[in-house]
Order: sequence, then C-alpha cells, then structure tokens
Amino acid sequence: MTGSATSKRFLQIAPALAIIGFFMLAPLGLMAYVSILEKGLNGGVVWDLHTSEAYVNFIFERDLDDSLILNTDYLQIFARSFGLSLLTAALALAIGFPTALYMSMQPEGRRNLLIFLVTIPFWTNLLVRNYAWILLLRNGGLVENLLHWLGIAADQPLGLLYTPYAVSIGLTYSYLPFMVLPIYASLEKLDSRLIEAAFDLGADRRRALLRVILPLAAPGIAAGCVLVFVPALGAYVTPELLGGGKSMMIGNLIQSQFGAARNWPFGAALAFALLTIVLLAMMVYLIRFRRAPAGGH
Amino acid sequence: MRVDVTNPLWRFRGIRATTWVFFAYLYLPILVLIALSFNENRLATIWSGFSTQWYGVVLDNDDIVRAAGNSLIVASVSTLAATLAATLAALGMAKGRFRGADGISGLIALPLVVPEIVTAVATLLFFILIGFKLGLLTVIVAHTVFCIPFAYLPIRARLEGMDKALGEAAADLYANDWQAFQRVTLPLLWPGILSGGMLAFIISLDDFVITYFVAGAGATTLPVYIFGMIRIGITPEVNAISSLMLIVSILFVTLSFLIGRMRR
Amino acid sequence: MAFKKLLGSVACAATLALTMGPLTAGSAQAEGELFLYNWSNYFPPDLLKKFEADTGIKVTLDVYDSNETMLAKLQAGASGYDVVVPSDYMVKIMIDEGLAEKIDAGSMSNFANVMAPHNAQPFDPERSYSAPYMWGTTGFTYDSAKTGKLENSWKEVFEPRDALKGQIAMLNDEVEVYNAAAYYVGVSKCTEDSKDAQKILDVLEKQKPFVATYNSDGTIDRMAAGEVVAHMQWNGASHRTKEKLPSATYMYPKEGITFWADNFVVPSSAPNKENAKTFINWMMAPENAAMASNFTGYMNAIRGSGAFMDDSLKTDPAVVMPEEFADRLRPNLNCSPAARELRNKVWTRLKK
Repeated sequence: MTGSATSKRFLQIAPALAIIGFFMLAPLGLMAYVSILEKGLNGGVVWDLHTSEAYVNFIFERDLDDSLILNTDYLQIFARSFGLSLLTAALALAIGFPTALYMSMQPEGRRNLLIFLVTIPFWTNLLVRNYAWILLLRNGGLVENLLHWLGIAADQPLGLLYTPYAVSIGLTYSYLPFMVLPIYASLEKLDSRLIEAAFDLGADRRRALLRVILPLAAPGIAAGCVLVFVPALGAYVTPELLGGGKSMMIGNLIQSQFGAARNWPFGAALAFALLTIVLLAMMVYLIRFRRAPAGGH
Repeated sequence: MRVDVTNPLWRFRGIRATTWVFFAYLYLPILVLIALSFNENRLATIWSGFSTQWYGVVLDNDDIVRAAGNSLIVASVSTLAATLAATLAALGMAKGRFRGADGISGLIALPLVVPEIVTAVATLLFFILIGFKLGLLTVIVAHTVFCIPFAYLPIRARLEGMDKALGEAAADLYANDWQAFQRVTLPLLWPGILSGGMLAFIISLDDFVITYFVAGAGATTLPVYIFGMIRIGITPEVNAISSLMLIVSILFVTLSFLIGRMRR
Repeated sequence: MAFKKLLGSVACAATLALTMGPLTAGSAQAEGELFLYNWSNYFPPDLLKKFEADTGIKVTLDVYDSNETMLAKLQAGASGYDVVVPSDYMVKIMIDEGLAEKIDAGSMSNFANVMAPHNAQPFDPERSYSAPYMWGTTGFTYDSAKTGKLENSWKEVFEPRDALKGQIAMLNDEVEVYNAAAYYVGVSKCTEDSKDAQKILDVLEKQKPFVATYNSDGTIDRMAAGEVVAHMQWNGASHRTKEKLPSATYMYPKEGITFWADNFVVPSSAPNKENAKTFINWMMAPENAAMASNFTGYMNAIRGSGAFMDDSLKTDPAVVMPEEFADRLRPNLNCSPAARELRNKVWTRLKK
C-alpha cells in the first residue's frame, strides 16, 4: 500500500476514533482514576489525595476500633445482579431458542419479516417498554386478571409488581432480541439434509437435537447469552421501575453513590468493577467462540 | 400457515407454539399500552370508552413540547455528526485488512459493550474535569459517541455486500478516485448510510440513562421528562406520550429497514 | 447529485452545531431568562406564567428528585441554573461548598413578609444566601376507613398490626426512612455509634417483609387507588391524598417527626443572577406564595398569604399542625460524614 493511501485511510478513520477516544476512552480512564481518590466532605472528590479506600470498602468495613472486618453487603448486591442476569439469560434462551429454530425453517421472505418483527421492540424506548409492564403487572392489571380468569391464582391482589420476578420479566423483555438474532444467525447456516441424515441413521429427536442442532447453534447461543447477560448486569431503569426499590442491582448502587451517599470515588470504583466484569465476559466469549475480536465481521 | 413439510425440523413439536408465545410476550405490552392511551377514563387502567383527548392534553403541554424539541435537536445533530464519522470510518476500514484493524473495530464497538450506567458516570466525571458546562451541548456530545457504532454497522455491512469489481471498473473508466467515489460508491452506499443514520437517530431519541446524568439547565429531553412523569404516577398522559414515542420509533425502524433493503 | 446533498447536510450540521453554542451558553446571559431547577411537581405552571407576565422574564423549568441529585449537578461546575430549591441541611452544604451566591435575601423589599422562625434559620441566620419556599413534615398517612383509628406512633408502621402487613409503603428515601426509624428506637439520627445504627437496621429489617414498596413517587395515587392502606408521606402529599380519599388521615407520631424547610438559593455559577433575585423577591409576595401553597399542599412562610389560600388547606390538620404536636417536631440536620456513612451502610444492607 502506498503512503498516501495509508494516510488517506487514516484521515478517514480518525474522526470516529477521535470522538470515541476522547469522549469515551478518556472518561473511562478518568473514572478509574477517580476511584482511587479521597472523597470530598459533601460529595465530589479531593483531586490530589490518593487512597485505596473505595476498593477496601467493597469487601471490608471498619469496625469501631478501626480494624477491618468482612462486609458482604456489596458482594451480595453483585451476587443478586449476577443471579438475576443469569435467570434473565436462561429465560431468554428458553423462549428464544425455539423461536430462532422456528424462524430458521421458514421460507426466506417470511424469515426477513420475522427478523424485522423481533427487532422492532428493541428500537423502542426502554422506559416506555418497562412502563408498559407496570400497566400489565400492577394489582388489577391485565396479568392478574388473566390469572384469576384462568383460575390459576386465588381471587385476591397478587402483588406481582415490585418483586424480583417483575424485574426478571422486565429484563428478559428488554433484551430478548439479543438472544434470538445470534441463534437465528447460526441456525440459518444449518443444512436440513444434515438432520435428515441423522434421522435416517436412526437418531431420535433428542439425539438429533443434542448431536446435530445444538453443536451448530452453540456459537449463537453463547453470543446470545453474553449479549443478554451483559446489559442486564448493568441495568438501572428496570430495577428502578419494576423492582419497587426493595432490592438494588449494581446500576442502582452506583447511582446511589452519586446521590444520597455522596461517595463519588466508591461509585466510580463500583462502575469500574462492573466494567471489568463485562469486559472479562466479552473476552472469555471471544476467546472461546471466535477468533476475531469484537466488531470484526 | 404454509408449512415446509420436507424440513425435518418439523419433527420437533412445540416450537411453533413457543414462537406464538414469544411474539405475544413481545407485542402484548406494546399493544396494551397503545390501547390504553385511547381510554377516556382518567384512571389509566379502567376502560370506559374511546377517546383521543389525552393526545390533545399532551400536545398542549408546553413542557412536553419543549422536551420533544430538545430531543429532536439532540438526535438530529448527533445523528449527523455520528453518521458522517461512521461513513468515513467504514470507507477507511473497507479497503482490505491491515495491522490494528481489529483494535480499531473494537474501539468503534466499545460504546455498545460498556454498560450505560458506566458510560453515564464516566462521561459526567469527564465533563466536570474539563469544565464543560452541562447543557444541551454535553448531551449532544455524549449521544454522538454512542450513535457512532449504530451508524457504522449498517454502512459497513452495505460496503461489504457491495461488488468491489464495480468500484474497480469505475476506477478504470474515470480519471480519479474522487469521481469513482462520487458517481459509483456513494450512490450505492447511500441506503446503508440512511439506514445507519436512522438507527442512530432513534437510539439517540430513546436514550435515558446517559442523558439523565449529563443534562444541564434547559436540556430536559423527552425520555427524561417521561421518567419524571412515570415516577409521579400512572396517568393517561403518560400512556399517550409513550404511545407517541413508540409509534415514532416503529416508523423510523420500518423506514430504515425498507431503505436498507433498497437495491439489494 | 447525492454527494452535493451530503455536503449540504454536513453544512447544515456544522451550522446547527455552531448555533447550538450560543443557544445553550450564550443566550442564557441574555436579558429576560431564568433557569429554575426544582423538585418535580412542586411548582404550579400557572404561577410560572404569572411571573412571566408580571416581569417579562422567561422561565425554563427542569426538575430533580432529591437534594443530592441537585447537589451533584451543581458540583459538576457551571450547570446553568439560576435558582435551585434545596432543603435546610442542603442550604448549609451549598454555603460551605461555596456553591451558593450571597443574595442578601434579608434586605429584599418583600422579606418583611417572612414570618418567624423562617426569617432566621440556623442554616442561614442572616438569610444572606437563601429565602424560604415551602415547609412541612414527614409523617405518615393511613386510610382510617380501612384500618380504624391508629395509635399516634411510628409503631403502627414499623411493627404493623396484621391488617396493615403488606399494605404499607415507605418513601424510597435513605434520609427520611432512617430518621423515622431513629425516632422510633430513640437514638440520634446523626449517631456515629454503630450499635445505635444496628438498632435502626434491626427495626427496618424486621419491617421490610411487611412493606409493599419503597417508593417516593406517586404516593398520592398509590393511596387513592387503594394499593396500600398506609404510606410514609410528606404532609402536602397527604393533603392532596385527602382530596381524592377523604378517609386519609395524617399522623404526627409521638416519638418525633421530621420538620423540614425548602428554600430558594442562587448557585454561584448562575448566569442570570439579577433575574434570580427578582424571582425570589416576587415569590415572597403573599399572593404568589399562596398560589404555590394551593398547588403543593404545603405551608409557605409568608405573612398575609392566608387570605389567598384555599379553605381546605387552612382547615387540614396535615397542613396546619395542631398546636399540641409542636414538641414532636425535629429539625432536619446535616449529619457528620461518619454518621452519613453509617446511614448509607444501613440503607445498603437493608436493600442488599
């Protein structure tokens, strides 16, 4: 490649890199730096005092005599966020996998329509979608009436809203398309003759599923799980609106450090921890299932 | 529904039913919300008759109109900036592989990977440090950043789908790169650019968390305003404004989808 | 040609970006503008229109949901707001942090209307930095039609009788909930002793299974719709609940009840300081203060405003506190960092 072509290419890529580098990478670096600063008396930070206090506080707390004792509060909030995000990914997989399978065996024209239908809700406002679930789940809402009508639940207010279940339903709803699309993409390449052959060779449905379909769909399933798990872990709106403030997730904990707790360095440390976990999850996925790094198609 | 009986996957029962459940789950909340927005009753969840009055109430509310105006300004400016940067980057990246290409792809995709709350916190801290006055401009800058990958991906996909031979043939026929780009590449790329731009536009229009953190005086956008409304309570006004937002988004995605398929 | 169109849109974007600058920063300094940053649902839209008509100053209103959210925005430097509405303890913090502009509200023409004790508050004795807006209490409301008469005590909330279990909502507010629990167990709300904090946590954890939701928003609708039968609430919200649900009763618990006062403050970075002072002085006129009270359901601190206030407000014991409860009032305090840390730990542990 000639020098001028290289420099032209560089000039073309430069604006996007400059914007993301300056307004995304630099802020993330700054956030990591803030996490080792001393907190200001009334919020804010003291710019020239360094301390590892924020990270120590994550696991320990100071007793009256200033000795460190184990404090599992924050770990438990992280654990709950993990649990809820895993549950979300599992729910999304349970309903998303059969759907992707179904889509992959449609004639091509209908496939495109179905893909389009799957993506539409993703592009609509997250707040609005969660709000719609408030309407459905609240006492006297549609879901409760439906359960009463089916006779599944006793004729009394069920209190579905403001529970971890509501959060889970809302999270699954928010990120479902991320599960279906990658699985569909990997199944689309599935050669139906392969399954035909499996059945011809005497495989039953279970074996055909386990031996032929699942191995082929595995990269898609892995991608889907990561794509659902990662944003669910950092969710802020859904636990806020559907959880009723009874139990926090990481996102709410971070926000509260910039709010009532007025402890910015700790908030930054929590955000940095979350970022690390997310990037690690992405890396594990990339190393295990793909050779090329993110964005490389 | 017409069934491809030769496909052996039909031996798996229940997947069609699950698909129905899936789409019901996906669309029921949206439909219920839109239906309730036409409810005449002040109590948002009890149906008492059809009415469009709440849309009138919403469009009459100065604060909502101002917030919508802010949202449109932010989305327009950041979409233009992001799409321009994304188009250039996609063109630069399309000319064969080179050392560091993976790293650059990763960097462009970074805003998709980092949780919103983390971006929000980091960006706020950054604006404080460099003394950037919080306002509409900070919102626009923050939106431009996360709009870039959304604009970039469809353009990149379009470029990859394009016939390279066409560009080369053009390069043979025309005098220079510039004309080849102008007469051949750009018209072919145009659907990708429009499609990417529209996706960036709705992503910006819908963003809440990042805006909530970096907005300053007079920079309340529609989602931030709606968040305030939802927190005060469930009212028919919220149903109406939410439905409006839904419809605008769906309209844009549909357009983007149709344009993206143009001349394929 | 397509490329010309692209160039055209680039030019448009550039023009827009350039004009945005003045739009967000420049014009704020121009005459006739005021950026008000207030709690949500806490200022009557009609009153803003009246102010615009009276003074020709155009007001832009943004809202926040807690003192700390507002503080964080101001600590972010030049936020562009001209008037903010912090509570008592937050006024002190803003003064200490150098975020409040000295406006000498005490020498404004309408200040003579301000009643004691609001004319000289401990957080700003000379009223150099702040002027009063609304004041009220944080107690709780119950639906007496469903519960019968309750005892005047936080016990009804923290150790609810069977009829109330699962039917109680608390504010989702670290400070308010912690304070109420502190009154109930009889320790200082600014305690730095972890044993005291443990007592508070014990009460809150024991109560948690009976709480339907911790939520500071939509409290009025939640009570009116019968979702819960008791709600920790600010007294003005209680008054507005009663308008929809006549059997709603506000309680002044005998263990103590937080008394707070919200104030107008001009941030030191405000672009339109003169307009801000005009606004603050204008708000101390009896008629205007009364309009605000009629909307919010809280008492103002302005002498003579009663003549313009709704009767329902003046006769509601939730708004006008019966004299015999005076010794139950406890002022808001800005606790020490150590005490705040304990409080946040309790809150986090409650919600872990």
